Amino acid sequence: MLNVTKNVENGKAEVFAEGRLDTSTAPEMEAALMEIIDGLTELTLNFEKLEYISSAGLRVLLTMQKIMKKQGTMKVTHVNQTIMEIFEVTGFEGFLTIE
Amino acid sequence: MKELVITAETKNLDEVMTFVDTFLEEAECSMKAQMQIDLAVEEIFVNIASYAYAPGTGPATIRVGLTDDGSVFVIELIDQGVPYNPLAKEDPDITLSAEERKIGGLGILLTKKSMDDVQYEYANGSNILTLRKSIR
Repeated sequence: MLNVTKNVENGKAEVFAEGRLDTSTAPEMEAALMEIIDGLTELTLNFEKLEYISSAGLRVLLTMQKIMKKQGTMKVTHVNQTIMEIFEVTGFEGFLTIE
Repeated sequence: MKELVITAETKNLDEVMTFVDTFLEEAECSMKAQMQIDLAVEEIFVNIASYAYAPGTGPATIRVGLTDDGSVFVIELIDQGVPYNPLAKEDPDITLSAEERKIGGLGILLTKKSMDDVQYEYANGSNILTLRKSIR
């Protein structure tokens, strides 16, 4: 189960992901982001209510990071400790901007 | 041990997770260990669903149990697909930048990092992956 909500304004977007970002839900997260990606210069992924992320979710983050690197900036905010550990063991903390 | 036999398709992932999580909740597994176990089970089941019988599909058997003292969760994930040892694959380079990263290889790495022990065996025409994790 994943709920995705978006605030988009003037090329800036904050996207809230709530629940589980796994193999079942990663495609909807990616689709929701691809809908707003055109012309986006600032993307904030708010993970305050994200409880779980698997490699399928990490793949979405990697895809978005590659796109945003070319057209603006991306950051991930309010990451909880368990998800932070997953970013650490996979080296994602090395290239993600985490606030 | 409890056993679930299910068609190895990603659409069955939720059923697999429910089977595993129900067992873990009854075993009073810690929240953190449960999340790490979920992670490993998802990665392995999705691998089986994606590759073991490709382009067709076939059964996956999942057995769950505890060691005698109840402190360690043991899960076996079994398929009769092409022989494949996921542990033989080299880990992805986690020091690379986003641009240099390839999409893939993270699932097995996460499985190894989140479990206490991962063993692969090929026996009687089956791939058998056994994971162990302390639940306290």
